[in-house]
Amino acid sequence: MEHIRSHLRFYWAIFGALGVFTLITVGVAQIDFGSHANNFAIGLLIATVKAALVALFFMHLWGEKKLIYRILAFTVFFAIGLFALSLLAYFDHTHTF
Amino acid sequence: MEIPYTVKPRPDTGLNNAKLGIWLFLASEVMLFGGLFAGYVFLRLGAPSGTWPNGLLSVLPGLINTAILILSSVTVVMAWASVKLNDFKKFRIYLGITLVCALAFMGIKAYEYNDKFHHFGAFMKSDTAPAGYDLQITGHILEDHVEIVDGKDIGHFLIAPDKPKKQPWHWWSAEKKYTPEERAARDAFDFNHPGVSKTGEEDHGVPVLKLEKEEIFRHSMFVPRYNSFFAIYFTMTGLHALHVIGGALVLAYFWLPGSKMFFTDRAHFASRIEVAGLFWHFVDLVWIFLFPIMYLM
Repeated sequence: MEHIRSHLRFYWAIFGALGVFTLITVGVAQIDFGSHANNFAIGLLIATVKAALVALFFMHLWGEKKLIYRILAFTVFFAIGLFALSLLAYFDHTHTF
Repeated sequence: MEIPYTVKPRPDTGLNNAKLGIWLFLASEVMLFGGLFAGYVFLRLGAPSGTWPNGLLSVLPGLINTAILILSSVTVVMAWASVKLNDFKKFRIYLGITLVCALAFMGIKAYEYNDKFHHFGAFMKSDTAPAGYDLQITGHILEDHVEIVDGKDIGHFLIAPDKPKKQPWHWWSAEKKYTPEERAARDAFDFNHPGVSKTGEEDHGVPVLKLEKEEIFRHSMFVPRYNSFFAIYFTMTGLHALHVIGGALVLAYFWLPGSKMFFTDRAHFASRIEVAGLFWHFVDLVWIFLFPIMYLM
């Protein structure tokens, strides 16, 4: 019970951090980092940080049981594989940037 | 006979059925949205220079929706914590706020979609361009003059075009294609293009344009058929919105008729709120990626 009560303020702190990162996302989108790929990478990096905060603390993945981690390892592997293979389309050279 | 481990965790895995089940489901949902994100990657990488839109979506509604979903994520956790702390009143309040956030999100989405459905864009014919069109003008229809001759509509549209900075010729990589003189002429809506003329009138600071239908290659509102960007935008935000509705319906059930279980079987109820909350967090996660990709990049 007390374990949960001490967590409540922590949840609101994570909420505050998420709010700050959301504003940073919009602010950073106004800055030119050289190429469009760079802007994309920075935007996605910030989004990943926000997603990690939600997943680890709101979804309680921090300190979850091992079986959940093992299941999600497959998810992470296949999701990253999916995006990596899709990004290979860059080398088809159908773009002109 | 009762199904074992619906509430009590299995001794070997430390999980009850609901927790294991929801995480397996969320893993599959990651691949569902992941596939669509991969589709976005293909469309974006394959788009010729200057054709991928930028600035078509107003950032403020998207930003507000992001804040609303993040708030609802923390309130659904608070609702679960209230159940664990045996506080029914707080549970009701926090879950109620979560549902209000869901309604607000859908309301803003409806406003955004409606705005797109009433936004017009036309591609003008070109005999020399390989694609068959070379000029794209966007704005709002003021008048639609229909004139059917021999089964064909040879009328015209009167449109109030979008301000120059919102027009397609300002999309980020289109910068390279026009000389400063060409860009200045376009910003003044002086195209010297068959089928496009100024009427001499103004509407909210922009000159009203007359577009001859016979010179239009194709036209539509800002709907999936307009361009690949809107196709993937409506697909992904539409699927996400369906998930918001589904999650909200489940949470609404636990807020009203299902809340009885708080008093009859509290541990089971806490497990159900936790699992519904996990789905809700996933919906928030997808939006955290959708917002920058669709609205900002």
